[in-house]
Amino acid sequence: MQVNDFLRYTIYGVRAQRLRSFLTALGIGVGIGAVVLLTSLGEGLHHFVLAEFTQFGTNLIAINPGKVTTHGISGALVSNVRPLTIEDTESLKKLPQILDAVSVVQGNAAIEAGSHQRRTTIYGVDASASRVWRFGVAAGRFLPDDPPRAARSFAVLGSKVRQELFGSTQALGIRVRIGGELFRVIGSMESKGQLLGFDLDDAVYIPASKALALFNRESLMEIDLLHSTNSSSTVVAEKVRKVLVGRHGSEDFTITTQEKMLDVLGGVLGTLTIAVGALGGISLLVGGVGILTIMSIAVNERTGEIGLLRALGVGRNQILVLFLGEAVVLAAIGGLAGLGLGIGGSWFVTLLVPALPSHTSWGYVVSAELLAALVGLLAGVLPARRAARMHPVEALRTE
Amino acid sequence: MIHLQHIERIFLVGDEEVHALSDVSMTASDGEYIAIMGPSGSGKSSLLNIIGLLDRPDSGSYELDGIKVSELEEEQQAEIRRHKIGFVFQFFHLVPRLTAFDNIALPLMLSGMKQEERQVRVTAALTAFGLGNRAGHRPDQLSGGQRQRVAIARATIMQPSVILADEPTGNLDRSSGVEVAEILEELNHQGITLIMVTHDPDLGRRARRQILMVDGRIENDK
Ligand SMILES: Nc1ncnc2c1ncn2[C@@H]1O[C@H](COP(=O)(O)OP(=O)(O)OP(=O)(O)O)[C@@H](O)[C@H]1O
Ligand SMILES: [Mg+2]
Repeated sequence: MQVNDFLRYTIYGVRAQRLRSFLTALGIGVGIGAVVLLTSLGEGLHHFVLAEFTQFGTNLIAINPGKVTTHGISGALVSNVRPLTIEDTESLKKLPQILDAVSVVQGNAAIEAGSHQRRTTIYGVDASASRVWRFGVAAGRFLPDDPPRAARSFAVLGSKVRQELFGSTQALGIRVRIGGELFRVIGSMESKGQLLGFDLDDAVYIPASKALALFNRESLMEIDLLHSTNSSSTVVAEKVRKVLVGRHGSEDFTITTQEKMLDVLGGVLGTLTIAVGALGGISLLVGGVGILTIMSIAVNERTGEIGLLRALGVGRNQILVLFLGEAVVLAAIGGLAGLGLGIGGSWFVTLLVPALPSHTSWGYVVSAELLAALVGLLAGVLPARRAARMHPVEALRTE
Repeated sequence: MIHLQHIERIFLVGDEEVHALSDVSMTASDGEYIAIMGPSGSGKSSLLNIIGLLDRPDSGSYELDGIKVSELEEEQQAEIRRHKIGFVFQFFHLVPRLTAFDNIALPLMLSGMKQEERQVRVTAALTAFGLGNRAGHRPDQLSGGQRQRVAIARATIMQPSVILADEPTGNLDRSSGVEVAEILEELNHQGITLIMVTHDPDLGRRARRQILMVDGRIENDK
């Protein structure tokens, strides 16, 4: 039997009972639709989170005080942890692979400008912060490259703080009070938005040494490194580790490469997507039962036809293949409808909730359609086998 | 050439054995026209099913054109059915969702013939059986006589050597019945062996050879 004839024969079989076939295919369609929609949303979330993380660049390394061990953070509490210092940052800058390094101190303080006052996040950083974090200046300039321990009292405002304190009036050159100390505003930043709850716009940037004094701290909270793309982050991380162990005597700090963080994050999100897709798969199972039922009914109804086919010289195996084919065609049609449903649905969700982006990947679409066909195949096995096992004389007798 | 020897066919109904065929032996030469007659339940259909390889005898041997077909595997028997035997049934057994054309083309399609070749053959058959203007009609749009003509066209489209007809006129009115019988006889004239089960004595008398069955035995063969 030629392939196109085989398809025509099975499709005629499906078409002969339009409503019934439609409802059965719908069962599969809903299942596939759910799989596609859910994985699309999962993938979209995946892409969204990764984009959030990589907006600062991908060749970043963060160093935090304290060592994360399997027993948890044995950091701050244990006395033999040395503080991360501005000098640590300076020594890391000397490594050939390190393009830039930022000392980071963070805290909350009030900022006063004339009669306006606001509590906001204060970031103590270096001149290099705007480069490392890929953070553009809207007006004026960012902190100058002063000697780290003798930096001048300059402040750069996040876009929201600038707006709140100065509105449409000029901010550059104005003196503001931060935690009681006087700073001169030399620039304001472009809006960067939120990152995992941190609002970089509702913040003020001052030199790290000034922030240490302001918050009365010894230790930096973090050192961010930008390394060249020529060397792998693991190699660089190892060099960084050696330098710091040399300075501290032991490994009392934690190095996180962004590559590793993205790997872990990607793994978690990928698993989530698959889990959510599997959830949709359950409705596929229901669709499969529908096909099993309908194919059983079809085999019953068409017993006479099966007898005829046998009389015309069709062997048991070909009968089996014919009915399996019909189950697969039914499921595949449902699958296609489901793809439309899922892709349309995810497009619609994105339209309604732009913050929830969806991303339909062709890999999932193709596997979903194959999955539908497989469900049809499995659901068709029992009815098709029954058809193949019928005795031709018995089959011909039923009318 | 059909050659049956000591064919037994026994059905178990509950604990009871029903001898549908007991010790049936017969030979049919190529091109013969045989009518099988007899009371209801006498084993006429059972015999036809065995000749048509739709059923296996419980004992005895069956040779078709020199091949011991009773010993063949199921798939090989299917192959022989496909090429050598055409069936005509009392209830037509047309596929309801297919047109007259597609019903006739069914055996060709199942055996893998290309569409263009089928087109030629089936169109010729439609014309030959007076169905030229019914090609696109589905069975429920045809009269009984037309349906049986479609079924006969289907049975002959593979150019079999034997036609087995189980009460082909049983479901038709008198004139359609005669018409169908004439078509079958015409095929027989062309050399096809025709074996026809019938209740109708008038129809039976038209055959050159009549086999009378009673209680699963051949009572009379003339
Ligand atoms: N599958 C079966 N199971 C049990 N008994 C059967 C079966 N098929 C046929 N028989 C029995 O075998 C006998 C012969 O049946 P068969 O159908 O060959 O008769 P028939 O001559 O064709 O009758 P009719 O003219 O009514 O069609 C009958 O007694 C019937 O009851
Ligand atoms: Mg009968």
